[in-house]
Amino acid sequence: MSHVGIILRRELGSYFATPLAYVFIVIFLVLAGAFTFYLGGFYERGQADLEPFFTFHPWLYLFLIPALSMRLWAEERKSGSIELLMTQPVTLWQAVLGKFLAAWLFTALALALTFPLWLTVNYLGHPDNGAILAAYLGSLLLAGGFLAVGSCMSALTRNQVVAFILAVVVCFAFLLAGFPLVLDVFRAWAPQPLLDAIASLSFLAHFDAITKGVIDLRDLLYFAMLIGFFLLATTIALELHKAD
Amino acid sequence: MIKTEHLSKRYDELVAVDDVSFQVGPGEVLGFLGPNGAGKTTTMRMLAGFVTPSGGRASICGHDVVEAPLAAKASLGYLPEGAPSYGEMTVRAFLHFIADLRGLSGARRAQRLTHVIEHLQLQEVLEQTIETLSKGFRRRVGLAQAIMHDPPVLILDEPTDGLDPNQKHEVRTLINTMAHDKIIIISTHILEEVDAVCSRAIIIARGRIVADDTPAGLAARSRYHNAVSLRLENAAQLAAARAAVAALPGVAEVELSEREARLTALPRPGAMVLPEISALANRDGLSVQDLHLESGRLDEVFRTITA
Repeated sequence: MSHVGIILRRELGSYFATPLAYVFIVIFLVLAGAFTFYLGGFYERGQADLEPFFTFHPWLYLFLIPALSMRLWAEERKSGSIELLMTQPVTLWQAVLGKFLAAWLFTALALALTFPLWLTVNYLGHPDNGAILAAYLGSLLLAGGFLAVGSCMSALTRNQVVAFILAVVVCFAFLLAGFPLVLDVFRAWAPQPLLDAIASLSFLAHFDAITKGVIDLRDLLYFAMLIGFFLLATTIALELHKAD
Repeated sequence: MIKTEHLSKRYDELVAVDDVSFQVGPGEVLGFLGPNGAGKTTTMRMLAGFVTPSGGRASICGHDVVEAPLAAKASLGYLPEGAPSYGEMTVRAFLHFIADLRGLSGARRAQRLTHVIEHLQLQEVLEQTIETLSKGFRRRVGLAQAIMHDPPVLILDEPTDGLDPNQKHEVRTLINTMAHDKIIIISTHILEEVDAVCSRAIIIARGRIVADDTPAGLAARSRYHNAVSLRLENAAQLAAARAAVAALPGVAEVELSEREARLTALPRPGAMVLPEISALANRDGLSVQDLHLESGRLDEVFRTITA
């Protein structure tokens, strides 16, 4: 088995060895359900689709994903186990990837457990299941982006609370990159091309595109590059600070 | 073979390790001594590939720790200071994880797992999570992890720190049994450990090597090397005995301890004063309870060198 796989399996095991996994899954499912039915007006809309469900995912992830990612590296550094891990014959990149994939697989599991909603909507009507599948994919990619950001923030500090707050702030900035709240910060001094570039980084824009059922290669590429960039940044941050 | 050449580590202004060069060969157990903060842990971390050197080179069995880190790590078993591990894992799951990372499989994996579990007597705690273990067991789990792949080189950072005397004895016995065919470096600030397990000792202070010798060689640097210690039954005889001993030609200095009724005669360099003192005790009719030759006091050497 490859080293990435070995690390992934250990990580995933440790989620379930502590209450973390169960608390996360239960809260995710309860909140996702509450948002869908109360804020989203699932029944009142009278449409057989899952739009009210997916619309709230970015906001749900904004707090839940940093809670999951904050421990990725901060905990290893705090407990010193990073010294044990990094003196085994594994590369830093394998460790970063293994831990990230474990967290991503775990969120995929939580997401998969929302399947009763999909069953419900199919029972009530005839939804476009292709669009629902695309939206699930979009949600998973969005979770991956949040996790990669969270992994990087967790590598910057040995304090999990700091890692959580940093991750929420950075994810929030990425979420709203196309909105005045973020753009106004840059508008005063940045040239228009830079503003356009920042606006194009928005999680929401790319997520919305996919949830509409349109899987555009550019959106996939966006998430792939975002995840790749932040995992690389995680590796660099660890390389510089792992022994501090 | 472990080899370092002009190895250094700087953190901004602070020089943690400064131009450290040494070689250790098979069968040697090197004790790394020094006050806290002297650079022992940093040096070991550089050897283990956890800290990148700012200057110089280090290699494990011919593999440079910077240029070929994976090959160097594969030849090495490392116990980090404090034996950190994953608290929520059971001992069994943790050892299996390490065996996988070390690339063990099939019969060899099973054989190595059985071996380390038996060797470190971990059978009774296999299903316990590591965070519930006592300090001694945690240290043993850390050692089990380090020897899992039967590496030719072992680097153990304070393997007996915080253990009780029985546990210390066990760990030292373990090190001694592995010593003959491996290269072992241990760091410690417990000087008795050097006598108990090491064939060689390097003393490091403020990031530099200040002594590199056998334990006996280090002891010979002591003022107490070949000193004669004499305990009398009757403390009243001390003053007279002192005057007589001090008058001997080979004696440089005499120290008294009233509480123990003990007199210690420090020889002039190269002099052997035991026969003379023994003869004197007979002649003057001193009631001697104990008479022995000191080989030297490591703690005194340590303080003199690192002060």
